[in-house]
Amino acid sequence: MSEMEASVSAPPPAAPRHWLRHAFANPSFVAGFVVTAAIAVMALLSFFWTPYDVTNLVVADRMKGMSAQHWFGTDHFGRDILSMIMVGSRNSIAVAIVAVGIGIGLGVPLGCWAAARGGLVDEALMRFNDLVFAFPALLSAVMITAIFGPGAINAIIAIGIFNIPVFARVARAGALSLWPREYVLAARAAGKGKVLITVEHILPNIASLLLVQGTIQFALGILAESGLSYLGLGAQPPMPSWGRMLFDAQTRLIVAPHLAFFPGMAIAITVLGLNLLGDGLRDVLDPRLRRQR
Amino acid sequence: MIVYLAKRLGIGLMTLLLASAAVFAVMEILPGDPAQLMLGMNASPDAIEALRQQMGLNDPLVWRYLSWIGGLIVGDFGRSVTYSSPVLDLIAERAVVSLPLALMSLALLVAIAIPVGIFAAARRGRFGDVSVMSITQLGVAVPNFWFALLLVYVFAVWLRLVPSGGFPGWNAGLWPGVKALLLPSIALALPQAAILARVTRGAMLEVLGEDYIRTARAKGMPRNVVLWRHALRNAMIPVLTIIGMQFAFLLAGTLIIENVFYLPGLGRLLFQAITQRDLIVVEGLIMLLVASVIVVNLVVDLAYGVVDPRLRTRQ
Amino acid sequence: MKLTKSLVLATALALIAGAAEAARTDLVVGMVLEPPHLDPTAGAAAAIDEVTYANIFEGLTRIGRAGEVLPALAESWTISEDGKTYTFKLHTGVKFHDGTDLTSEDVKFSLDRARAEGSTNAQKPLFAQIADVAATDPATVTITLKQPQGAFLYNMGWGDAVIVAPESAEGNKEKPIGTGPFKFDNWAKGSSITIVKNPDYWGKAVALDKAEFRIIPDAAAAIPALLSGDVQAFANAPVGDALPQIEGDSRFKVVIGATEGETILSMNNGKAPLNDLKVRQAVNYALNRQEIIDGASNGLGVPIGSHFSPANEAYVDLTGMYPYDPAKAKALLAEAGYPNGFDAKIKLPPPPYARQGGEIIASELRQVGINLEIIPVEWADWLQQVFKDKDYDFTIISHVEPNDIEIYSRPTYYFDYHNDAFNKVIAELDVTADPAKRNQLYKQAQEILAKDAVVGFLFQLPKVGVWDAKLEGMWENTPTPSIDLTEVHWAE
Repeated sequence: MSEMEASVSAPPPAAPRHWLRHAFANPSFVAGFVVTAAIAVMALLSFFWTPYDVTNLVVADRMKGMSAQHWFGTDHFGRDILSMIMVGSRNSIAVAIVAVGIGIGLGVPLGCWAAARGGLVDEALMRFNDLVFAFPALLSAVMITAIFGPGAINAIIAIGIFNIPVFARVARAGALSLWPREYVLAARAAGKGKVLITVEHILPNIASLLLVQGTIQFALGILAESGLSYLGLGAQPPMPSWGRMLFDAQTRLIVAPHLAFFPGMAIAITVLGLNLLGDGLRDVLDPRLRRQR
Repeated sequence: MIVYLAKRLGIGLMTLLLASAAVFAVMEILPGDPAQLMLGMNASPDAIEALRQQMGLNDPLVWRYLSWIGGLIVGDFGRSVTYSSPVLDLIAERAVVSLPLALMSLALLVAIAIPVGIFAAARRGRFGDVSVMSITQLGVAVPNFWFALLLVYVFAVWLRLVPSGGFPGWNAGLWPGVKALLLPSIALALPQAAILARVTRGAMLEVLGEDYIRTARAKGMPRNVVLWRHALRNAMIPVLTIIGMQFAFLLAGTLIIENVFYLPGLGRLLFQAITQRDLIVVEGLIMLLVASVIVVNLVVDLAYGVVDPRLRTRQ
Repeated sequence: MKLTKSLVLATALALIAGAAEAARTDLVVGMVLEPPHLDPTAGAAAAIDEVTYANIFEGLTRIGRAGEVLPALAESWTISEDGKTYTFKLHTGVKFHDGTDLTSEDVKFSLDRARAEGSTNAQKPLFAQIADVAATDPATVTITLKQPQGAFLYNMGWGDAVIVAPESAEGNKEKPIGTGPFKFDNWAKGSSITIVKNPDYWGKAVALDKAEFRIIPDAAAAIPALLSGDVQAFANAPVGDALPQIEGDSRFKVVIGATEGETILSMNNGKAPLNDLKVRQAVNYALNRQEIIDGASNGLGVPIGSHFSPANEAYVDLTGMYPYDPAKAKALLAEAGYPNGFDAKIKLPPPPYARQGGEIIASELRQVGINLEIIPVEWADWLQQVFKDKDYDFTIISHVEPNDIEIYSRPTYYFDYHNDAFNKVIAELDVTADPAKRNQLYKQAQEILAKDAVVGFLFQLPKVGVWDAKLEGMWENTPTPSIDLTEVHWAE
């Protein structure tokens, strides 16, 4: 939902140099960065080591509480929850990254094209945006997974499709405000083509906007994935996923609340980290807001 | 203004038409035979064929699209395959749950978010701002179905203040109905309120930085008057945009919450219709939802004009 | 103000006192699936029968709580020497809920409608042996069969064979008109179905004045609904692992009953490598039945070794034929030419027994080298892909129809299993009326299926009945899909 936050408030900033130096003075950015980095490290670590094998079911050990052997307890098939959270982070991150990638990969060129050409192309793009935005996103994702069958890949596609107009809109708004700038006009006068100008001048200057939007969509992607998995439409077993863990936990809430607690916390912490990172980035990259601090 | 409105309406209708083609095409590629589904595993092939014929599933594609569109225009949404009752009746039955739920959530979220956002903006950087904004960060991050389950266990199972779910129908009286929608509307409203509070704060900060506000303050206008009368009015545009989108979301995107509270709302009707291949219901309902989003956007556009007279002369 | 307060108090007291004096006469029953409509003669969904069977609609005979055949609208019957002619004597004074009288013409109409060409009755084979139905006089019906049929009286007790009136038959989907002790009252789609006592019922009056079937599709919502007292009974509660919590709560009575649901790991016998007997046997050896039962049915399922209910007297225990033995499974796979196992797909329909059982089975088969890709499907896709198009390797499904072992003899059934010896046994069964002989034939049929390892026989689906401790008369078992409320009452 918070895609709107960025799209309504931000005129494109000029990319500040050495923004990273400012960034690490920003508490929100630092907190977000630390959390996000920790999750990323956990995901990477899970490729090499987890406390237990998550594909191995030990039904006899089902729904054990927290203990020295199983820090976070075991699930309804006797799998180690800590290991599942670790491996599940891969799924959440992968889904969110690819979905954002689809959004940027298709949305940004569309937005830039519309801004550069204007006229009919621009109008058509905006109508396409209206069309996609008019569809209830979650229900449409449900429909997409109903057609192609549930699974991580189809969840990615479903989430990614709805990222396209978001990035198209941000890129278009950013690019539109840059085209009348002097340096762009100068480049045009020098006979450079629109594609070249877009690559050389427009894209670098809207990159920070896209970065901020990217972190927001990333967080939304993780939430959306958990929602789809909760409906049974996301990643399929034996691949663990946070949303599916919550789905499996809900009927057992009263006997084993820890089954729901840990994956819920994992989602909340990750999304929180990404949002903090996005907020921090926006503060750092948007000079107007920085001036006010 | 009228030209502008007419143009918006035209665009809205075109979007609807495109949407109808998209929806119909998608439904055509959905696998699954509704006739088989209705008659079950042991049904004989000739019984299924008889039902297919009866349901008009054997007619040509274009013919079915045109007769569907024609029906929509005159308000005939067709008959549900699984419920064998008119689609419009089904939608109406569910809308009396979904619409009040959306309105209650909207009222709740606006009532919470706007004061909180203004409060935080007025105290930018101070303790109040930081603590409130931290809570909103959390509100955005927590999956809403998780939060909803928590609410059920605390308020329905443990304290027994409200029903755990279900909807008694408005025939049972106003209060039982409202009571049943209380937890779901809270579960829906709070995360959305977190978003809106953040937007409100951001918009207020932007406005508060403008010269005319500084001037007003410098001239000695009371702080609250500046905040509520001048700043808020000018900060309304982004806030209204978000509220519009949130209302559209509340109308259609409540599937997960409806599941948690087993409410017979529009989201579940659609989900059910998709899984049962009740295509005619899916098509009709999506068209209605798309139309309502378009209408909400139109209303928001008009509201801009009310809030900011300068925009009235646009185009 | 004072007056209002005391008034309110007095009313409240009166209400409480009133409630204490007379036993409750209302009930909210939870159910998972909403019926698509309410005409049991035009749909296969078990939910239709659960609401309407015995409550709203009645047949010539009915199936009792122990699975026995009882008289219903037919007060008695005689069977001719050759077993081909059944003469039913109807109760007199029976009225449909719309006030019309029940006569033999209604019976003829109902049965002729069900077996007619173009009929949409989901269980048409039930009526296949009927040659003619004659309304001899208003209270007598004579049915002539093409050949003797042992299960005919039982068949007439199915929900699909209930008696409807020609005047109201078309409207039964929306507003069912039957002869039962309850009348249909209201259906709030997606939410609940309400039935009320029929004051003009011909038989013994029911104790409940009003009953509501509340639809709670989500298992996670069913548990709080029970715990908060919103719902007082679940004939089959989807409470899963929360069961111990509910069992420990003195407010509830938990009754674990049996269903007619043979839960099996279906295999596509028509497709390599599962067309090879050795491979199917290997799969059977690789299954750890107890682990599956623990993980997929809370340890409540009763293990089965063939397609037959352990509650039936003709049951043979064949669960020892393929004990859990991964080494033997590997050896058999190697013999069949798959020393390294193979890859296959398992399509899982929505019920928890299938989704959870599938995960466990995939893990077990992986131990012997069979890698299953898990594909969850909705019912619509399952019916299309698995049941109709036979596009599957493995699936898990509970066959809930009673006494349905004959499905293995159907030539186009989704198992793609063909065995002439088995078909002969089933054909003989169809024309045998002698109970002892029938049991013998059933035993033979069970053994053939187990030997051929047609599918992986897992367990009999349990029925977890949960209801208020003060509620009496609910069915413990499910011999036929029904939430029969005719004998349900609140203890004083």
